[in-house]
Amino acid sequence: MTAAPEALRSVWRAPGGRAGLAFLLFLVLLALAGPLVLPDPVRQFDLVELAGAPPGPDHPFGTDQLSRDVLSRVVSGARVSLAVATLAVALSVTLGAAVGLVAGYQGGAVDAALMRLVDAALAVPRLFLLLLVLAVPERVPLVALIVLMGATGWFATSRLIRAEVLRLREEAFVHAAEALGASGRRIIFRHLLVNSAGPLLVAATLGVGDVILLEAGLSFLGLGVQPPTPSWGGMILDARSVLVMAPWVGIFPGIAITLTVLATNLVGDALRDALDPRGA
Amino acid sequence: MTRVLDVRDLSVSFPAADGRRFHPVDGVSLTLDRGETLALVGESGCGKSLTSLALLRLVPAPGRVDAGSVIRLGDTDVLALKGEALRRIRGRRIGMIFQDPMTSLNPVFTAGDQIAEGIRAHFRVSKSEARARALRLLEEVGIPDPEERLDAYPHQLSGGMRQRVMIAIALAAEPEILVADEPTTALDVTVQAQILEVLDRLRRSRGMAVLLITHDLGIVAGRADRVAVMYAGQIVEEAGTAELFAHPSHPYTQGLFASVPRITGPLRRLTPIRGTVPPPTEWPSGCRFRPRCPQAFDKSVLAPELMPVGPGHRMRCWLAEEPAAQVELSRRSG
Repeated sequence: MTAAPEALRSVWRAPGGRAGLAFLLFLVLLALAGPLVLPDPVRQFDLVELAGAPPGPDHPFGTDQLSRDVLSRVVSGARVSLAVATLAVALSVTLGAAVGLVAGYQGGAVDAALMRLVDAALAVPRLFLLLLVLAVPERVPLVALIVLMGATGWFATSRLIRAEVLRLREEAFVHAAEALGASGRRIIFRHLLVNSAGPLLVAATLGVGDVILLEAGLSFLGLGVQPPTPSWGGMILDARSVLVMAPWVGIFPGIAITLTVLATNLVGDALRDALDPRGA
Repeated sequence: MTRVLDVRDLSVSFPAADGRRFHPVDGVSLTLDRGETLALVGESGCGKSLTSLALLRLVPAPGRVDAGSVIRLGDTDVLALKGEALRRIRGRRIGMIFQDPMTSLNPVFTAGDQIAEGIRAHFRVSKSEARARALRLLEEVGIPDPEERLDAYPHQLSGGMRQRVMIAIALAAEPEILVADEPTTALDVTVQAQILEVLDRLRRSRGMAVLLITHDLGIVAGRADRVAVMYAGQIVEEAGTAELFAHPSHPYTQGLFASVPRITGPLRRLTPIRGTVPPPTEWPSGCRFRPRCPQAFDKSVLAPELMPVGPGHRMRCWLAEEPAAQVELSRRSG
């Protein structure tokens, strides 16, 4: 597909898209390389002397009440947040595309059944759905968290892809492929899926921001990523008790969440503009 | 001559709002021999495209081919096929070219990719073999720099080149019949001639039969062996091309000729056919052309059959019954 690098270039040309993309690239590099140079995020430096120390040359973002380095923890949190969000979105986009393709291509009763299921699922707020499941077990492993967020995030995507498939099905090239003996599987994967890659990509990008926010929210409620694994939401939760004396403990992860979500939304919007045939 | 396609009493129906079914294609019969070109001529809405789709059982839902219709591809009864067997005749026995080469190619795959797809849908060949065959097909349809065009995306090709690629795709599975549905309508006049030339050359070199669907009598002359004129879901006149051009007999065919401008001969005002083709839900009883026909007479309230008017020449009009009228017809058109 030639459209992909092309779209990336036009995202880069848009000021918002460039800022968002640059920040995300920076964050990914930081998440990958940071732990090599930064102190261990769970190391407690000096519980007596260094608990809640303000930002300084040794600890640029200060330390928390357990004397852990806040910068290391924010960088580690980025790792967790990005990994969880990417994997959860990969799952939800796959599920959404599969359901949307099947519903749109098969039509009829299959379509009606799948879409009513989606309607029902969309009627329940995602957070409620997650809280319901997460509140039951004592500890939720990270993998389960990813699967749960992925499994509850595909409803809107499936609708989007179904609409796209309904449009594409009437395209002359799909009729032509049918007339020339392409099998149903070929039409679904080569013609329908590949041509709806644009909206799928936009949905995925915007979905990453959603999931980061959702994961932060769940972790803040103590139901998401479990300590000692650092996560931005969890850090804010821990910071509540010392927020007045050591605000940096909560402010930096807060800023990280805001900037990351903002950046994914900027990239998503720029991508939408780039891929929208009607032009911006 | 080997008969490659035999269509008899083909009817396609759709449900109407009032629960009855209407028939946009109503009792069409046509045959195609190896190496022959048959032109199916008619205005938009006359059912010619639907007829061609029905040949591959691609009538869009909720439409269906009615019982009693016969479509035979050589020994194959097309209407009895289903599933994988049906898929295997699409492209393999009948190749199709569509009207608009701008939208008939998938925008995200290269020309070579799409030709190779057509090959691999029907033959078990390796990717590199499919690519080699695709290259030969591009050469065959007369694309300059075929090697380069193989890796070109549709948006990098001109309209004429895209239509050539479409033809190459239709040829990919070596069909014995090529259905060209308005293959030149979306193209410049100069490119039209080139595309028709390619089709003609391929017909001769491959011994293919061609079903050329068009609304343009101008491209029929000199390209088709026989012509069938369609009006309101029925064939109203059929004849050899020379015979039809010399003696257009059905008032509708005559009307078509009268509405085409001529370069030679005395300057005269064009006479359009009055009125428009009624939608299939409102076709009149009796002769369907009756409300628009300048020669309609008392017998036109009855539905005419195809009746002979000359050698290999039949029309669906009661005038064929009256020798006097026939003489008058041929005098007027001669």
